[in-house]
Amino acid sequence: MTSTGTSSGIATGITTGPGPVAPPLRAKRRRAALRTAAFMSPWLIGFAVFFAYPLLSTVYFSFTKYDGFRPPVFNGLDNWTYVFTDYPLFWPAMRNTLWLVVVMVACRVVFGLGVGLLITKIKTAAGVFRTLFYLPYLAPPVAATLAFVFLLNPGTGPVNTLLEAVGLPAPGWFTDADWSKPALTVLAVWGVGDLMVIFMAALLDVPKEQYEAAELDGAGAWARFRHITLPNISPIILFAVVTGVIQAMQYYTQPLVAGKVAAGVIGGSGQQFEPGYPDKSTLTLPQVVYNVGFQRFDYGTACVVALVLFALSMACTALLMRRRGGLIGAGD
Amino acid sequence: MPRTRRLTAAATAVAALSVLATACTGQSGTAASDDPNQEVTLNFWHGWSAPSEAKAIEENIARFEKAHPNIKVKVTGNMTDDKINQALRAGGDKAPDVVSSFTTDSVGKFCNSGAFSDLNPFLRKAGIDKTKVFPKTLLDYTQFNGNQCTLPLLNDAYGLVYNKDAFKAAGITEPPRTWSQFVEVAQKLTKPDGDSYTQVGIMPTYHGYETTPARLAAQWSPKYFDADGKSNLAKDPAFASMLTAQKDLVAKLGGYEKLEKFRNTFGDEWSAEHPFHKGQVVMQIDGEWRASMAKEAGVTFEIGTAPLPVPDDQAADYGKGYLSGTIMGIASGSKKQNAAWELVKYMTTDTEAVVAFANAIHNVPSTLAALESPDLQVTPEFKTFLDIARHPKSSTTPAQADGGTYQLTFQDLAYAVEKGDVADIPAGLAKTGRQIDTDIAKAK
Repeated sequence: MTSTGTSSGIATGITTGPGPVAPPLRAKRRRAALRTAAFMSPWLIGFAVFFAYPLLSTVYFSFTKYDGFRPPVFNGLDNWTYVFTDYPLFWPAMRNTLWLVVVMVACRVVFGLGVGLLITKIKTAAGVFRTLFYLPYLAPPVAATLAFVFLLNPGTGPVNTLLEAVGLPAPGWFTDADWSKPALTVLAVWGVGDLMVIFMAALLDVPKEQYEAAELDGAGAWARFRHITLPNISPIILFAVVTGVIQAMQYYTQPLVAGKVAAGVIGGSGQQFEPGYPDKSTLTLPQVVYNVGFQRFDYGTACVVALVLFALSMACTALLMRRRGGLIGAGD
Repeated sequence: MPRTRRLTAAATAVAALSVLATACTGQSGTAASDDPNQEVTLNFWHGWSAPSEAKAIEENIARFEKAHPNIKVKVTGNMTDDKINQALRAGGDKAPDVVSSFTTDSVGKFCNSGAFSDLNPFLRKAGIDKTKVFPKTLLDYTQFNGNQCTLPLLNDAYGLVYNKDAFKAAGITEPPRTWSQFVEVAQKLTKPDGDSYTQVGIMPTYHGYETTPARLAAQWSPKYFDADGKSNLAKDPAFASMLTAQKDLVAKLGGYEKLEKFRNTFGDEWSAEHPFHKGQVVMQIDGEWRASMAKEAGVTFEIGTAPLPVPDDQAADYGKGYLSGTIMGIASGSKKQNAAWELVKYMTTDTEAVVAFANAIHNVPSTLAALESPDLQVTPEFKTFLDIARHPKSSTTPAQADGGTYQLTFQDLAYAVEKGDVADIPAGLAKTGRQIDTDIAKAK
C-alpha cells in the first residue's frame, strides 16, 4: 500500500521524538486550512467588506463628532448620552418600531397563514385567487403607499366614504396618530403575498396520511390544525417571524412616504420636513438614522441609533431562535 | 494559541484599517489656486425641475458661457439636498463644483461643516462690497458666524394671495392689515358645510402648505436667539403671542380636527389642483410665485396680493414679511474654485443675469440693483412681494449650526399647540428652548 505522509510521519515520530513529527502535520493542517480559507474567501471577503468593516466603523463613529465633511473627532460618550437622554425623536421612534415589530409582524404571519390555508383548500379558481393575493406584493412600496394614503384619505377616500355610508366611524387613518400605525399594518397585510406563497408550499408539504389518521381517530378541524398542521409548518412560521422582525426593524419607505403625503409636504419650496407625521406616530428608527445622519449632518449620533437597532435586531432574533423549540412545537 | 493570536492580530488590523480609512474620509477646504482663464468644465447642480425653470437656468448659463468662453458648465437639475450632500461628501470629478439649494435653513450646516467655501475672500478679491450689492436680510440668511459660504440666488418673499371675487361676494373691500381684521375676514369668508366646508377664508393649520410657524412668526418680528446665542423662545413674548393668535384662529374657523379633515381634500401644492386655484381657500399665505401659478392654472377669478397682517400693536409695521430664498455656493472640495466663483459671481451679482432669471421664474430679485432695475417685469400682484422684500422690518430665520433643526423643534411645539395638546404655552416654550440649546450645543 502506498505510504502516506502521516503514517511515515507518525512512524518517524515514534522513533525520533516529537520534533520531526510536527512539521509535516502542521504543513498538512496549514494546507487544509488554506484550502478551506480559499473556498470560504468569497464569503470572507464579503463579510469583511460589507459587514465587519461597516460595523467596526459604526462603532468607531459612534464615539466621534463627525459630519461627513471634516475628520471625525473623538467625543467619548456624548452621542450615546444625547440619544438616550436628550434626542427627542429617539424614544418615539423606538416605541413605534417595537409596536410594528409586535403587531405588524403578528398580523402578517397570521394573515399570510390564513390566506395560505384558504387557498390550499379552495377547489376551483385557486390559481386566480393565488395570483390576486400575490400581486399586491409586487407593487412598488412608494406606489402602494400613495395608493393607500389616497384610499384612506379621511376627506375624500373611498374607504371612509363607505364606512360613513354604513354608519360606521371613519378614522383619520394616516392623519390620526392613533390610527397611522394600524393603517400601515393594513398596508403591510395587503402585501402579504410573499408569506402566503411560503406558507402554501409548507402546507402542501404536510403528509396527508397524518390528516387521514387523525380523521379516523375523530379529530376535528381545529384539532387537526393544532396538532398536525402547526407542528409541521412551525419551522416556516419561525422563518416568517424572524424575517418579519428584521423587515419591521428596517421599515422606512412606507411610513416616510405616508407621513409626507398625509402632511401635505411633497417638497419644492425648501421647506424642511421632519418625519413622523402625525405626532411622530410614523417615525421609525431607520428614519431617525437617516434624519440625524444625513439631514442633520450628525453621523456620530446616527451611528448610535444604528447600533441600537442592530443590538435590538440581534436580541430579537436570538430570543426567537432560543425559543424555537417552543415555536417548532411538540410535533418534533 | 498561535491561531488565537493570528485572529487577534487580524481583527486588530481590520479595526486599525477601519479607523485609518474612516479618519481619512474627511475633507477640508481647498485653497483657490486654479486659473479661471484655463479651459474648464464646471458641474453645476440645482433643484429646479419645471421645464420653464430649467429653461431659464439654461438661458442664464448660455449667457455666462458666452461671456466666459473658456468655461463650460454642465448643468444637472432636479437635485434634492440629500443628493447634493451625498455628492459633496463623496467628492471627485463628477461631484458638483457649484451648487444651488432651496433650503435656506441648511446654510448654517453648510457653513459650519465646511461643505461650502467661504466666499468672503472671493468677494474681496473681486472688489465687491457685499453690503452694497445684497439686502441685509439676504446676507443674514446666506452666512453663519461671519462665514459667507453662500450667496442669495433670487429671493422669496411671503405675503397674502387672495381671491378678489370671493372678497367682493362677502362685501370685503380691502385685504386685512391687522391680525384682528384678518380673523374677522377669515371668519366671514368661511362657509361651513356639515362637518366640512365648501370654502375656508384661510387654512390656518401649520400643514396648510406655506403656513409654517416661522413664516407666521415673522409678522411678530421675533428674536430667536439672545446675545449669548441661547434660545429666546421663552423670553421673547412674540412667540407666545403668535402661537396663541394662531390657536384662536383655528378654533374660530371650526377647530383643528374639522380643518385638518378639510385640508386632506386639497390637491398638491405644486399642481393646478392647489386649493386656492380650486376656490377651496380664499386667502393663502404664500410666496410671490402663487399668483402667476394660479394664472397658469387658468383660474377665472381676479387675484389680489397683500402683505401678511401684523399684530394689532404693530400696525405701523404693516408691509413686512418673511424672506428666504435659493442659495448658491462653491463645494469646498472642488478643484476649480476660481472658475466656480466666476459662475457664482455672474449668477448672483450680475444685474442683467439676476433680472433675467427673476423675470423667467417669477421670483423676487436678490440684489439691490436688480430690485430697482427697469427691466424687471412687475405686475401689480408681484409688486407687493417686491415691496415686502424691500421693507426694513422684513426678516428671516437666522442660520444656526444645526441648520433648521431649531425651527423644526419650534414647529413641533406649534403643532401641539394648534391641536390643543399644550395647555401652558410659556412652559412649552421654555422646554422647547432648552431642547434647542441642547441640539445647537451638540451641533457646534
